[in-house]
Amino acid sequence: MNVLVLVEDDGELSLQAVALAQQLGTATAVRFDGAYAPAAWASELAGRGWDALVGPGSDRGNEVLAHVAAQLDLPFAANVTHVRGDDVTRQRWGGTLLEEARVHSERKLFTSAPFAFTPVTGLPQVETVTPELGDAVRVVEHIAPDTGGKVSLADAKVVVSGGRGVGSSEGFAIIEELAALLDGAVGCSRVVTSAGWRPHTDQVGQTGTKVSPDLYIACGISGATQHIAGCKGAKKLLAINADPEATIFAHADYAVIGDLHEIVPAISAELRKARPT
Amino acid sequence: MPEAYQWPTSARAVVIGAGIVGNSLAYHLARLGWSDLVLLDKGPLPNPGGSTGHASNFIFPVDHSKEMTQLTLESVRQYRDAGVFTQSGGIEVARTEERMQELQRRMASAKAWGIDDVSLLTPAQVKELVPFIEESVILGGFYTPSVGIVDSLRFGTIARERAQEQGALSVFANTEVLGIDVENRRVKRIRTSRGDIETETVVVCCGVWSPKIARMAGASIPLTPAVHQMIDVGPVPHFRDTKGVIEFPIVRDMDTNMYERQDGSGLEIGSYAHRPILHDPEEIPSNEEAALSPTELPFTEKDFQQQMEDALELIPDVLNDESVGIKYAINGLLSLTADGLPLLGETPEVKGLWSAAAVWVKEGPGVGKSVAEWMGHGESEIDLQSSDIARFYEHQKSRTHVRSRAAEGFNKTYGIVHPAEQWESNRNVRLSPFHARERELGAVFFEAAGWERPHWYESNAKLLDEFGDRVARREAEWDARWWSPIINAEHLAMRERAAIFDLSAFCIFDVTGPGALDAVQRVSMRQMAVADGKVVYTPVLSASGTFKSDLTVMKLGDERFRVVTGGAHGMADLKWYADHLPDDGSAQITDLTSAWTTLGLWGPRARDILGSLTADDVSHEAFPFASCRTIELDSLRVLASRISYVGELGWELYVPIEQGSRLWDLVWETGEPHGLVPAGIGVYGTTGRLEKCYRAFGFELDADYDVVEAGMAWGRVKTPGFVGKNAHVTHRDQDPVAVLCALTVDDHSSRDGTKRYMLGREPVLSKRGGPLVDAHGRRSYVTSAGAGPSIGKHILMSYLPPENANVGEELLVEYLGEQYPVTVATNDSTPVFDPENTRVRS
Amino acid sequence: MKIVVAVKRVPITGGKMVLTDDEQAIQTRHLGFTISPHEECGVEEAVRIVEAQGGEVVVLTLGPAEAEDQLRESMALGADRAIHLVSDEEWDAQATASALVEALTSEQPFDLLVFGNESADAGNYQVGIRVAYALDLPVVTGLKGLTVADGRVRCEQEVPGGRDVYDLPLPAVVTVKEGLNLPRYPSVPAKLRANRKPVDGRPVERPTSKLEKLRLVVPEGQGKQAEILGHGPNAAPAVVEVMQKLGVA
Repeated sequence: MNVLVLVEDDGELSLQAVALAQQLGTATAVRFDGAYAPAAWASELAGRGWDALVGPGSDRGNEVLAHVAAQLDLPFAANVTHVRGDDVTRQRWGGTLLEEARVHSERKLFTSAPFAFTPVTGLPQVETVTPELGDAVRVVEHIAPDTGGKVSLADAKVVVSGGRGVGSSEGFAIIEELAALLDGAVGCSRVVTSAGWRPHTDQVGQTGTKVSPDLYIACGISGATQHIAGCKGAKKLLAINADPEATIFAHADYAVIGDLHEIVPAISAELRKARPT
Repeated sequence: MPEAYQWPTSARAVVIGAGIVGNSLAYHLARLGWSDLVLLDKGPLPNPGGSTGHASNFIFPVDHSKEMTQLTLESVRQYRDAGVFTQSGGIEVARTEERMQELQRRMASAKAWGIDDVSLLTPAQVKELVPFIEESVILGGFYTPSVGIVDSLRFGTIARERAQEQGALSVFANTEVLGIDVENRRVKRIRTSRGDIETETVVVCCGVWSPKIARMAGASIPLTPAVHQMIDVGPVPHFRDTKGVIEFPIVRDMDTNMYERQDGSGLEIGSYAHRPILHDPEEIPSNEEAALSPTELPFTEKDFQQQMEDALELIPDVLNDESVGIKYAINGLLSLTADGLPLLGETPEVKGLWSAAAVWVKEGPGVGKSVAEWMGHGESEIDLQSSDIARFYEHQKSRTHVRSRAAEGFNKTYGIVHPAEQWESNRNVRLSPFHARERELGAVFFEAAGWERPHWYESNAKLLDEFGDRVARREAEWDARWWSPIINAEHLAMRERAAIFDLSAFCIFDVTGPGALDAVQRVSMRQMAVADGKVVYTPVLSASGTFKSDLTVMKLGDERFRVVTGGAHGMADLKWYADHLPDDGSAQITDLTSAWTTLGLWGPRARDILGSLTADDVSHEAFPFASCRTIELDSLRVLASRISYVGELGWELYVPIEQGSRLWDLVWETGEPHGLVPAGIGVYGTTGRLEKCYRAFGFELDADYDVVEAGMAWGRVKTPGFVGKNAHVTHRDQDPVAVLCALTVDDHSSRDGTKRYMLGREPVLSKRGGPLVDAHGRRSYVTSAGAGPSIGKHILMSYLPPENANVGEELLVEYLGEQYPVTVATNDSTPVFDPENTRVRS
Repeated sequence: MKIVVAVKRVPITGGKMVLTDDEQAIQTRHLGFTISPHEECGVEEAVRIVEAQGGEVVVLTLGPAEAEDQLRESMALGADRAIHLVSDEEWDAQATASALVEALTSEQPFDLLVFGNESADAGNYQVGIRVAYALDLPVVTGLKGLTVADGRVRCEQEVPGGRDVYDLPLPAVVTVKEGLNLPRYPSVPAKLRANRKPVDGRPVERPTSKLEKLRLVVPEGQGKQAEILGHGPNAAPAVVEVMQKLGVA
């Protein structure tokens, strides 16, 4: 099978997409440069001959593939985890539920679900395309984030995240303290943003930010599926919760049971002790 | 406290459920000296996800029921002690005139139970306290300043931790009970997700899950989970400067079955007005599956439409503000029972399996204390007879019965319920063999213990003409509701000629075996070592010398005693007798309620009628009062018992149930020429017995007053031991702290000239209108009220402090906001009619 | 200003996914339902724009009869009227887009068409884009910022490293993400008004699906057995040791 795979960069998601593509057949990789213009990029891809077109399960990957699907009126399975002939398994509910489906089409469109495929070790040869944009919609401006030097949630190596158990907006002071000591970012659950204790930009979850830190520390978070959908990319998860049966522990590598209001400051204190002054 | 407890292989008692009830109970058991206690919950702590976790947490102490009020006042005392009670005051507002009258009744109940700081407010006064209320839609309010809110989760935690600190209790959260093993009808062990525990005492405090847990042991806890909707709106501008959680009184909008309470910056609005939404204990989601908690179910907005309009009408100032948004809305689950009362006590099916279920936050701590006392001492300080789980008959434990009555009762949560109000759902379950005859005679049926009993007969309307002015009428609709003047006419006909009564609702059980005498002797106050054929009426006492019951025992043989007790408490009495059987198995109990039926025949002509039916000698000499024997009526062998609850010559006639119809026809045919009338419970339960000042259990007789105070300490104390003997002897040696009296109403005229007739539970006041309080702090109130047609007076029974218990003493009774003069007629058990009991002994 | 917002009825899940016996759907017996989160923000945004500039917000859904609840929720947020394409079946993204296009055609002309970036349940990421192509309108997705003025819409999309900005002439199609705004809690009068607003219901029949759902599967837990580092603050040293081992402390 002739497979064309769209790559964005040499990041994990693109490498995973390449892995899927190579699994399906002979894969050729393509990337675009110039201003991001999904309709134009999609036209370029749609005009080529391929049996399967694969993209990374990123915002842009899903968007471009959806454009191709609309242009060619083909079915598009986003965030697939397995492909077997015409049958696919794809993610629902941010990955906390799976759907087995059958693609009724000769030509296939897939994006690879993040972390569902072992990434290839390095990019193969990649063709770079600079498409004609015409009057296609494109990015006209880029605004750099006003983070005040703080590491962004999506990029952070450590995320210290608080849920309902933190209790109030003031309660997040200890969360911020620990995050600062670890050069990490502060995250929170959807309950917290709905209550107005933290802004949506801090929200980790299916409809918030999906994070993939080396360590995700979940404080007072019960572990609702939509939250897990946002942090399952973490390499290691430490859960701090007073309820030893909280669902979060089923997804955790490490656990501390007890009151986060005592435990989190204790960890901060211990970190300070361990540092040379 | 240890971080984790070692799993116990055995325990003195296991309490299942760590809501407000389980936590309170564990604390009180520890306080009473129990140790090796275990508390389990399948959910996490501190909030395992039951009804306590989302409860509205407010307490209005005034209730028409003395028992519920006492439990609530005791609970408030404990909440205050624990520092988790915030007083806010509460106002029940009225939108209709009928409700204004009901508010008067609330005032009266408050006074009867000793809650004095209550008052009735005008709409303007309500608005002063609750500035955001729309005064134009209300007619007034009933204000209880002592209303408050509690932190029930915090109380539970404090209670539990105190028991743990004592070393008496180990606690295991996230531990699910999987089974309860029973051997020889006694609890042996429980099986959980963490392991087994050998124990002989298990208390089910599982709220909505209780029926499921009880079924594991083969017992029944008959409640149904039901929804009560609540929403939270905010932020409310009026509450912006509130420092605590609540600064404004809670409003109960009685006529719309809703309440509104401040909750910090928000307003919580709850409703009991929607269609009853009942759930199954088996179908409650687990903690994991539930989005919020197992008892916070998704809100069904369609059911709340009318409520939004009603709330908007009452509190437009707050709700019309578009910035006040609906932030939280749930269908909350709580437990409902068929009669609206809790389920407390040892289950009749399984020894050692106790229930403390269907309890609201407002009674939780009081229930914890009372059930702990019951478990430890065999009785509680607060009389729990109305909540005794042993009270149910089999059909009343059925899913259908529980659900249909719970649904019917739900929309009456803030309803105006007449004291004699009858249920509509699930009627006609227990029909006596006389039923068809009764219907032909136009019986108006009231239900008791599931039995349809004629309260009066419409066919007796002709008696109204016969007795004319001697039959008191009632002018006010409320007084005359669920009543008929025909009752009074039936009464007069009985006293003049004779009447027959359907007494099928009696609970009848035989105590048999070599140990039968011992068995009945040890629970009866009166001497049971009597001759065969003797009938003994006896109080049944608790260890503290107060009343557990009163009933009649017929000695049929050395090894057979037949106990006959009123239907309402029959099953609880049966359990009491069964619990006290000798350990050596020398006595057995057999429930014969469905084997025998009883027809009562009383009146001056009773002997004439009975005599014509039988060849046996029923003369006074041959068949003395308080004796029983089998006689032949036609082809029926009838156990006739010569006693009388209506104070007339006559008999209770017992036949096997299938012969009841024939018995009726025989007596009727013979009696008609003598002027025999059918008479209902209106006479048997009220007019007849009140004229004789016969006490009734649950009215005059309960756990609050002892035998001497009740004026029933006749004769000597028998030598054999019996439950309550020591206490009873002590009571005899002391001066009574209260005296049961019969009073008559002197003038029924209300301010507008209508004659008013008291129905019961009204406060009895001094001549100056102040409460009468005895040395134990008990208030005087009307325990029973009813007409005395033969003496032409309305009769009230009431305990009075000794200084007021003088014949001829003039007092007042307060009824619907007005006071009426009453006079003490008797201050012992002397009847107001036929004081020498000539009729009964004729 | 006329804005049409497409919404979807989705269940509110807890900590565990439970499937129906036939594995075709989530067991929703104890679950509440809501507007998919991204779309709720879409409705809120549309209402804010119309509150400021005048006009009308129409909300549209394809779903079972009960989806009317979500239309009422939308109208309680401020939408003016609703169109309900009624079907009990589950439709794939391609078929959904077609059905919506048909309804939208009769609603033209409109200024802005708003979709959620992806629905919380199916997560297909494509309905808005397909509709845009069918109606020959420009489309931008995943927006966290939106400003409508002078016949144009300025769109902000969060990307790694900041925000990308697009500028489109109206009429246009946008898909939005939660975080675009914080939707209001409706007041009691708003709820009561919503019940009186018109809902135009039309039954629709689902065509055969080109991405045919066979069954749903709850993914197996990774069988993680969390290592308990301790109870309470005493666990702090053990936690720091782990952090050092992971190279983050």
